[in-house]
Amino acid sequence: MSFTKEFLKGLIRENPVLVMLLGTCPTLAVTAVAQNGLGMGLATTFVLLGSSVVISLLKKVIPGEVRLPAFIVIIAGFVTLVSFLLQVYVPDLYDALGVFLSLITVNCIILGRAEAFASKNSVAASAADALGMGLGFTLALVAIGSIREILGSGSWFGIDLTFGVLEPITLFTMPAGGFMVFGFMVAVVNKLSGYRISKKKMGCEGCPSRAACGGKECADQ
Amino acid sequence: MKELLAILFSAILVDNFVLSKFMGICPFIGVSKKTQSALGMSAAVTFVMVLSTALTYPIYKLVLVPQKLQYLNTMAFILVIALFVQLVEILIKRFLPPLYRSLGIYLPLITTNCAVLGVTLLNIEYDTIGQALVNALGAGLGFTLALVLFSGVRERIEVADVPAMFKGVPAALVAAGIVAASFMGFSGLVENLFG
Repeated sequence: MSFTKEFLKGLIRENPVLVMLLGTCPTLAVTAVAQNGLGMGLATTFVLLGSSVVISLLKKVIPGEVRLPAFIVIIAGFVTLVSFLLQVYVPDLYDALGVFLSLITVNCIILGRAEAFASKNSVAASAADALGMGLGFTLALVAIGSIREILGSGSWFGIDLTFGVLEPITLFTMPAGGFMVFGFMVAVVNKLSGYRISKKKMGCEGCPSRAACGGKECADQ
Repeated sequence: MKELLAILFSAILVDNFVLSKFMGICPFIGVSKKTQSALGMSAAVTFVMVLSTALTYPIYKLVLVPQKLQYLNTMAFILVIALFVQLVEILIKRFLPPLYRSLGIYLPLITTNCAVLGVTLLNIEYDTIGQALVNALGAGLGFTLALVLFSGVRERIEVADVPAMFKGVPAALVAAGIVAASFMGFSGLVENLFG
Protein backbone atom coordinates (compact mmCIF):
# COMPACT_ATOMS: atom_id res chain seq x y z
CA MET A 1 0.00 0.00 0.00
CA SER A 2 2.64 2.49 1.05
CA PHE A 3 4.70 1.66 -2.06
CA THR A 4 1.73 2.67 -4.19
CA LYS A 5 1.65 5.92 -2.22
CA GLU A 6 5.37 6.57 -2.75
CA PHE A 7 4.91 5.85 -6.43
CA LEU A 8 1.83 8.02 -6.97
CA LYS A 9 3.03 11.13 -5.14
CA GLY A 10 5.67 11.85 -7.78
CA LEU A 11 3.20 11.69 -10.64
CA ILE A 12 0.93 14.57 -9.67
CA ARG A 13 0.92 15.83 -6.10
CA GLU A 14 4.69 16.28 -5.80
CA ASN A 15 5.47 16.42 -9.52
CA PRO A 16 9.17 17.28 -9.62
CA VAL A 17 8.90 19.74 -12.51
CA LEU A 18 5.54 21.46 -12.19
CA VAL A 19 5.19 21.46 -8.40
CA MET A 20 8.70 21.31 -6.96
CA LEU A 21 10.30 23.21 -9.88
CA LEU A 22 13.34 20.94 -10.04
CA GLY A 23 15.26 19.94 -13.14
CA THR A 24 14.26 23.03 -15.07
CA CYS A 25 17.24 23.05 -17.45
CA PRO A 26 16.43 19.80 -19.34
CA THR A 27 12.72 20.61 -19.05
CA LEU A 28 13.21 23.68 -21.19
CA ALA A 29 16.10 22.56 -23.35
CA VAL A 30 14.84 19.34 -24.92
CA THR A 31 11.09 19.99 -25.15
CA ALA A 32 10.91 21.74 -28.53
CA VAL A 33 9.33 18.46 -29.74
CA ALA A 34 7.34 15.93 -27.68
CA GLN A 35 9.45 12.96 -28.73
CA ASN A 36 12.68 14.34 -27.26
CA GLY A 37 10.80 15.15 -24.05
CA LEU A 38 9.71 11.51 -23.83
CA GLY A 39 13.24 10.24 -24.53
CA MET A 40 14.79 12.59 -21.97
CA GLY A 41 12.16 11.64 -19.40
CA LEU A 42 12.73 7.92 -19.82
CA ALA A 43 16.53 8.26 -19.78
CA THR A 44 16.29 10.29 -16.56
CA THR A 45 13.87 7.74 -15.05
CA PHE A 46 16.38 4.99 -15.76
CA VAL A 47 19.23 6.91 -14.10
CA LEU A 48 17.00 7.90 -11.18
CA LEU A 49 15.83 4.32 -10.59
CA GLY A 50 19.31 2.81 -10.86
CA SER A 51 21.03 5.37 -8.67
CA SER A 52 18.25 5.37 -6.05
CA VAL A 53 18.46 1.61 -5.65
CA VAL A 54 22.27 1.63 -5.42
CA ILE A 55 22.36 4.60 -3.03
CA SER A 56 19.70 3.00 -0.85
CA LEU A 57 21.72 -0.23 -0.74
CA LEU A 58 24.89 1.65 0.18
CA LYS A 59 23.33 4.09 2.64
CA LYS A 60 25.07 2.49 5.64
CA VAL A 61 28.44 2.26 3.88
CA ILE A 62 28.82 5.84 2.58
CA PRO A 63 30.17 8.21 5.28
CA GLY A 64 28.05 11.31 5.81
CA GLU A 65 30.76 13.87 5.02
CA VAL A 66 31.55 12.55 1.55
CA ARG A 67 28.04 11.47 0.59
CA LEU A 68 27.48 14.12 -2.09
CA PRO A 69 30.62 13.29 -4.13
CA ALA A 70 29.81 9.58 -3.68
CA PHE A 71 26.23 10.09 -4.91
CA ILE A 72 27.46 12.12 -7.89
CA VAL A 73 29.88 9.38 -8.93
CA ILE A 74 27.13 6.72 -8.73
CA ILE A 75 24.78 8.93 -10.77
CA ALA A 76 27.49 9.73 -13.34
CA GLY A 77 28.08 5.99 -13.74
CA PHE A 78 24.45 5.38 -14.63
CA VAL A 79 24.47 8.40 -16.97
CA THR A 80 27.47 6.94 -18.84
CA LEU A 81 25.63 3.61 -19.08
CA VAL A 82 22.44 5.18 -20.46
CA SER A 83 24.38 7.22 -23.02
CA PHE A 84 26.05 4.02 -24.27
CA LEU A 85 22.65 2.34 -24.62
CA LEU A 86 21.09 5.29 -26.46
CA GLN A 87 24.11 5.75 -28.73
CA VAL A 88 23.79 2.14 -29.90
CA TYR A 89 20.03 1.55 -29.98
CA VAL A 90 18.51 5.04 -30.57
CA PRO A 91 21.25 7.11 -32.25
CA ASP A 92 18.77 9.78 -33.43
CA LEU A 93 17.67 10.51 -29.88
CA TYR A 94 21.31 10.45 -28.73
CA ASP A 95 22.13 13.20 -31.25
CA ALA A 96 19.00 15.21 -30.43
CA LEU A 97 19.67 15.25 -26.68
CA GLY A 98 23.36 16.06 -27.14
CA VAL A 99 25.16 17.47 -24.12
CA PHE A 100 21.95 17.36 -22.06
CA LEU A 101 22.29 13.61 -21.82
CA SER A 102 25.54 14.06 -19.88
CA LEU A 103 23.94 16.83 -17.88
CA ILE A 104 21.45 14.35 -16.36
CA THR A 105 24.31 13.94 -13.85
CA VAL A 106 23.60 17.36 -12.37
CA ASN A 107 19.82 17.20 -12.67
CA CYS A 108 18.73 18.31 -9.21
CA ILE A 109 15.82 15.83 -9.20
CA ILE A 110 18.22 12.90 -9.01
CA LEU A 111 20.58 14.28 -6.38
CA GLY A 112 17.58 15.70 -4.54
CA ARG A 113 15.83 12.32 -4.34
CA ALA A 114 19.09 10.62 -3.36
CA GLU A 115 19.60 13.08 -0.53
CA ALA A 116 15.99 13.42 0.59
CA PHE A 117 14.70 9.87 0.09
CA ALA A 118 16.98 7.07 -1.07
CA SER A 119 19.64 7.68 1.57
CA LYS A 120 17.03 7.30 4.32
CA ASN A 121 14.58 4.64 3.08
CA SER A 122 14.46 0.97 2.14
CA VAL A 123 15.39 -0.26 -1.33
CA ALA A 124 11.82 -1.07 -2.37
CA ALA A 125 10.44 2.27 -1.16
CA SER A 126 13.30 4.13 -2.90
CA ALA A 127 12.62 2.26 -6.15
CA ALA A 128 8.89 3.14 -5.96
CA ASP A 129 9.73 6.77 -5.20
CA ALA A 130 12.27 6.94 -8.05
CA LEU A 131 9.88 5.37 -10.54
CA GLY A 132 7.08 7.78 -9.57
CA MET A 133 9.32 10.84 -9.69
CA GLY A 134 10.87 9.73 -13.00
CA LEU A 135 7.49 9.15 -14.62
CA GLY A 136 6.19 12.44 -13.20
CA PHE A 137 9.19 14.15 -14.83
CA THR A 138 8.47 12.31 -18.10
CA LEU A 139 4.79 13.29 -17.94
CA ALA A 140 5.64 16.98 -17.48
CA LEU A 141 8.23 16.90 -20.29
CA VAL A 142 5.83 15.23 -22.73
CA ALA A 143 3.11 17.76 -21.81
CA ILE A 144 5.38 20.77 -22.35
CA GLY A 145 6.89 19.17 -25.47
CA SER A 146 3.42 18.50 -26.91
CA ILE A 147 2.27 22.10 -26.43
CA ARG A 148 5.48 23.50 -27.93
CA GLU A 149 5.48 21.07 -30.85
CA ILE A 150 1.79 21.57 -31.70
CA LEU A 151 2.03 25.38 -31.53
CA GLY A 152 5.56 25.77 -32.87
CA SER A 153 5.85 23.08 -35.54
CA GLY A 154 2.20 22.20 -36.19
CA SER A 155 2.78 18.52 -35.48
CA TRP A 156 2.59 16.03 -32.60
CA PHE A 157 5.16 13.23 -32.26
CA GLY A 158 6.03 14.02 -35.87
CA ILE A 159 2.42 13.68 -37.14
CA ASP A 160 1.49 16.74 -39.18
CA LEU A 161 -1.57 18.62 -37.85
CA THR A 162 -1.54 21.71 -40.04
CA PHE A 163 -3.24 20.04 -43.06
CA GLY A 164 -1.24 22.46 -45.18
CA VAL A 165 -3.41 25.43 -44.20
CA LEU A 166 -2.36 26.49 -40.70
CA GLU A 167 0.87 28.41 -40.12
CA PRO A 168 2.74 27.23 -36.99
CA ILE A 169 4.10 29.86 -34.58
CA THR A 170 7.85 29.20 -34.79
CA LEU A 171 8.54 31.21 -31.63
CA PHE A 172 7.35 28.26 -29.54
CA THR A 173 10.17 26.01 -30.73
CA MET A 174 12.66 28.67 -29.66
CA PRO A 175 14.02 29.29 -26.15
CA ALA A 176 11.65 32.23 -25.61
CA GLY A 177 8.62 30.02 -26.23
CA GLY A 178 9.99 27.38 -23.87
CA PHE A 179 10.15 29.82 -20.96
CA MET A 180 6.64 31.12 -21.68
CA VAL A 181 4.96 27.70 -22.00
CA PHE A 182 6.65 26.55 -18.79
CA GLY A 183 5.55 29.74 -17.00
CA PHE A 184 1.94 29.28 -18.10
CA MET A 185 1.93 25.61 -17.08
CA VAL A 186 3.24 26.41 -13.60
CA ALA A 187 0.59 29.13 -13.33
CA VAL A 188 -2.17 26.67 -14.31
CA VAL A 189 -0.89 24.09 -11.80
CA ASN A 190 -0.84 26.89 -9.19
CA LYS A 191 -4.45 27.72 -9.97
CA LEU A 192 -5.62 24.08 -9.93
CA SER A 193 -3.95 23.36 -6.62
CA GLY A 194 -5.36 26.47 -4.99
CA TYR A 195 -2.06 28.39 -4.72
CA ARG A 196 -0.65 25.89 -2.24
CA ILE A 197 2.40 25.49 -4.46
CA SER A 198 3.31 29.12 -4.87
CA LYS A 199 4.57 28.96 -1.30
CA LYS A 200 7.03 26.23 -2.22
CA LYS A 201 10.58 27.41 -2.55
CA MET A 202 12.33 27.31 -5.88
CA GLY A 203 13.88 23.86 -5.73
CA CYS A 204 15.03 24.37 -2.15
CA GLU A 205 13.04 21.38 -0.92
CA GLY A 206 15.14 18.88 -2.76
CA CYS A 207 18.23 20.97 -3.45
CA PRO A 208 21.27 19.05 -2.24
CA SER A 209 23.10 22.31 -1.59
CA ARG A 210 20.47 23.47 0.83
CA ALA A 211 22.58 22.52 3.84
CA ALA A 212 25.35 24.72 2.49
CA CYS A 213 23.34 27.87 1.88
CA GLY A 214 20.83 27.18 4.64
CA GLY A 215 18.04 27.97 2.21
CA LYS A 216 19.09 31.62 2.57
CA GLU A 217 19.36 32.43 -1.10
CA CYS A 218 16.09 30.89 -2.20
CA ALA A 219 14.10 31.23 1.00
CA ASP A 220 13.01 34.74 0.09
CA GLN A 221 11.44 33.71 -3.21
CA MET B 1 42.69 37.34 -32.15
CA LYS B 2 39.68 38.01 -34.35
CA GLU B 3 38.66 34.38 -33.95
CA LEU B 4 38.92 34.58 -30.16
CA LEU B 5 36.81 37.75 -30.10
CA ALA B 6 34.20 36.03 -32.25
CA ILE B 7 34.07 33.10 -29.79
CA LEU B 8 33.82 35.52 -26.85
CA PHE B 9 31.00 37.62 -28.28
CA SER B 10 28.97 34.73 -29.57
CA ALA B 11 29.22 33.03 -26.15
CA ILE B 12 28.04 36.21 -24.41
CA LEU B 13 25.27 37.36 -26.73
CA VAL B 14 24.23 34.88 -29.42
CA ASP B 15 24.62 31.53 -27.65
CA ASN B 16 23.92 32.94 -24.23
CA PHE B 17 24.16 30.03 -21.80
CA VAL B 18 21.02 30.87 -19.88
CA LEU B 19 18.76 32.36 -22.50
CA SER B 20 19.53 30.22 -25.52
CA LYS B 21 21.18 27.04 -24.20
CA PHE B 22 19.01 26.67 -21.10
CA MET B 23 21.85 25.98 -18.72
CA GLY B 24 21.85 27.28 -15.18
CA ILE B 25 18.12 28.02 -15.06
CA CYS B 26 17.87 27.20 -11.34
CA PRO B 27 20.24 29.99 -10.23
CA PHE B 28 18.81 32.23 -12.98
CA ILE B 29 15.36 32.02 -11.38
CA GLY B 30 16.52 31.35 -7.82
CA VAL B 31 19.20 33.99 -7.25
CA SER B 32 18.03 36.78 -9.54
CA LYS B 33 15.74 38.51 -7.10
CA LYS B 34 18.31 40.99 -5.91
CA THR B 35 21.00 42.55 -8.12
CA GLN B 36 23.55 42.18 -5.31
CA SER B 37 23.19 38.40 -4.99
CA ALA B 38 22.91 38.03 -8.78
CA LEU B 39 26.33 39.69 -9.10
CA GLY B 40 27.85 37.50 -6.37
CA MET B 41 26.53 34.30 -7.89
CA SER B 42 27.62 35.14 -11.41
CA ALA B 43 31.11 36.20 -10.31
CA ALA B 44 31.49 32.82 -8.58
CA VAL B 45 30.16 30.95 -11.62
CA THR B 46 32.45 32.78 -14.07
CA PHE B 47 35.46 32.14 -11.84
CA VAL B 48 34.70 28.41 -11.51
CA MET B 49 33.87 28.04 -15.24
CA VAL B 50 37.22 29.44 -16.40
CA LEU B 51 39.34 27.59 -13.85
CA SER B 52 37.52 24.25 -14.28
CA THR B 53 38.06 24.50 -18.03
CA ALA B 54 41.74 25.13 -17.34
CA LEU B 55 41.76 21.80 -15.46
CA THR B 56 39.37 19.62 -17.46
CA TYR B 57 40.60 20.52 -20.96
CA PRO B 58 44.17 19.22 -20.34
CA ILE B 59 42.79 16.19 -18.47
CA TYR B 60 40.64 15.32 -21.49
CA LYS B 61 43.30 15.93 -24.13
CA LEU B 62 46.31 14.54 -22.27
CA VAL B 63 44.82 11.72 -20.21
CA LEU B 64 41.45 10.53 -21.50
CA VAL B 65 42.10 10.75 -25.27
CA PRO B 66 45.46 8.90 -25.28
CA GLN B 67 43.97 6.18 -23.05
CA LYS B 68 40.84 5.98 -25.26
CA LEU B 69 38.67 6.75 -22.23
CA GLN B 70 36.66 9.62 -23.73
CA TYR B 71 33.42 8.08 -22.48
CA LEU B 72 34.54 8.75 -18.91
CA ASN B 73 34.48 12.52 -19.50
CA THR B 74 31.24 13.20 -17.57
CA MET B 75 32.43 11.26 -14.55
CA ALA B 76 35.94 12.72 -14.56
CA PHE B 77 34.74 16.31 -15.09
CA ILE B 78 32.12 16.29 -12.36
CA LEU B 79 34.66 14.91 -9.88
CA VAL B 80 37.20 17.56 -10.86
CA ILE B 81 34.59 20.31 -10.52
CA ALA B 82 33.36 19.04 -7.14
CA LEU B 83 36.89 18.76 -5.74
CA PHE B 84 37.94 22.08 -7.24
CA VAL B 85 34.98 23.97 -5.81
CA GLN B 86 35.70 22.50 -2.40
CA LEU B 87 39.36 23.52 -2.70
CA VAL B 88 38.54 27.07 -3.80
CA GLU B 89 36.17 27.40 -0.88
CA ILE B 90 38.83 26.32 1.62
CA LEU B 91 41.50 28.54 0.04
CA ILE B 92 39.52 31.76 -0.14
CA LYS B 93 38.09 31.17 3.34
CA ARG B 94 41.65 30.97 4.64
CA PHE B 95 43.36 33.68 2.57
CA LEU B 96 40.72 36.08 1.30
CA PRO B 97 38.03 36.36 3.99
CA PRO B 98 36.32 39.44 2.44
CA LEU B 99 35.87 37.59 -0.88
CA TYR B 100 34.61 34.56 1.04
CA ARG B 101 31.98 36.65 2.75
CA SER B 102 30.60 37.81 -0.60
CA LEU B 103 31.03 34.62 -2.70
CA GLY B 104 31.23 31.89 -0.06
CA ILE B 105 27.60 30.85 0.10
CA TYR B 106 27.35 30.54 -3.68
CA LEU B 107 30.27 28.19 -4.13
CA PRO B 108 28.66 24.92 -2.92
CA LEU B 109 25.67 25.62 -5.15
CA ILE B 110 27.93 25.67 -8.18
CA THR B 111 28.93 21.98 -8.08
CA THR B 112 25.48 20.97 -9.24
CA ASN B 113 25.04 23.92 -11.62
CA CYS B 114 24.66 22.39 -15.05
CA ALA B 115 26.18 25.48 -16.71
CA VAL B 116 29.59 24.62 -15.25
CA LEU B 117 29.58 20.94 -16.26
CA GLY B 118 27.99 21.97 -19.56
CA VAL B 119 30.70 24.46 -20.46
CA THR B 120 33.50 22.00 -19.69
CA LEU B 121 31.81 19.30 -21.79
CA LEU B 122 31.23 21.66 -24.73
CA ASN B 123 34.75 23.08 -24.52
CA ILE B 124 36.43 19.78 -25.47
CA GLU B 125 35.22 20.46 -29.02
CA TYR B 126 37.69 23.36 -29.34
CA ASP B 127 41.12 22.76 -30.87
CA THR B 128 43.21 24.86 -28.50
CA ILE B 129 43.02 25.54 -24.81
CA GLY B 130 43.02 29.28 -25.58
CA GLN B 131 39.73 29.00 -27.46
CA ALA B 132 38.27 26.81 -24.72
CA LEU B 133 39.22 29.33 -22.03
CA VAL B 134 37.80 32.25 -24.02
CA ASN B 135 34.55 30.32 -24.51
CA ALA B 136 34.39 29.61 -20.77
CA LEU B 137 34.94 33.30 -20.02
CA GLY B 138 32.26 34.28 -22.53
CA ALA B 139 29.82 31.77 -21.06
CA GLY B 140 30.45 33.18 -17.60
CA LEU B 141 30.04 36.79 -18.74
CA GLY B 142 26.88 35.83 -20.63
CA PHE B 143 25.53 34.22 -17.46
CA THR B 144 26.39 37.42 -15.57
CA LEU B 145 24.69 39.61 -18.17
CA ALA B 146 21.52 37.49 -18.14
CA LEU B 147 21.34 37.36 -14.33
CA VAL B 148 22.01 41.05 -13.78
CA LEU B 149 19.62 42.19 -16.52
CA PHE B 150 16.97 39.84 -15.25
CA SER B 151 17.35 40.93 -11.63
CA GLY B 152 16.32 44.41 -12.80
CA VAL B 153 13.24 42.92 -14.46
CA ARG B 154 12.46 40.91 -11.30
CA GLU B 155 12.60 44.02 -9.11
CA ARG B 156 9.93 45.59 -11.31
CA ILE B 157 7.73 42.47 -11.35
CA GLU B 158 7.78 42.41 -7.53
CA VAL B 159 5.76 45.62 -7.40
CA ALA B 160 3.66 44.93 -10.51
CA ASP B 161 0.07 43.77 -10.19
CA VAL B 162 0.15 40.32 -11.82
CA PRO B 163 -2.78 37.84 -11.67
CA ALA B 164 -2.62 35.74 -8.49
CA MET B 165 -1.92 32.50 -10.34
CA PHE B 166 1.16 34.07 -11.94
CA LYS B 167 2.65 35.48 -8.72
CA GLY B 168 6.28 34.55 -8.19
CA VAL B 169 7.95 31.96 -10.40
CA PRO B 170 5.39 31.81 -13.29
CA ALA B 171 5.61 35.59 -13.85
CA ALA B 172 9.40 35.34 -13.72
CA LEU B 173 9.38 32.56 -16.33
CA VAL B 174 7.15 34.52 -18.71
CA ALA B 175 9.38 37.58 -18.26
CA ALA B 176 12.42 35.36 -18.95
CA GLY B 177 10.72 34.35 -22.19
CA ILE B 178 10.48 37.99 -23.23
CA VAL B 179 14.13 38.62 -22.30
CA ALA B 180 15.11 35.51 -24.32
CA ALA B 181 13.09 36.78 -27.28
CA SER B 182 14.96 40.09 -27.13
CA PHE B 183 18.28 38.21 -27.17
CA MET B 184 17.22 36.61 -30.46
CA GLY B 185 17.94 40.03 -31.94
CA PHE B 186 21.65 39.34 -31.51
CA SER B 187 21.69 36.40 -33.94
CA GLY B 188 23.87 37.16 -36.93
CA LEU B 189 25.64 39.93 -35.01
CA VAL B 190 28.93 38.04 -34.67
CA GLU B 191 29.02 37.01 -38.34
CA ASN B 192 28.51 40.65 -39.32
CA LEU B 193 31.15 41.99 -36.95
CA PHE B 194 33.90 39.40 -37.39
CA GLY B 195 32.88 37.42 -40.46
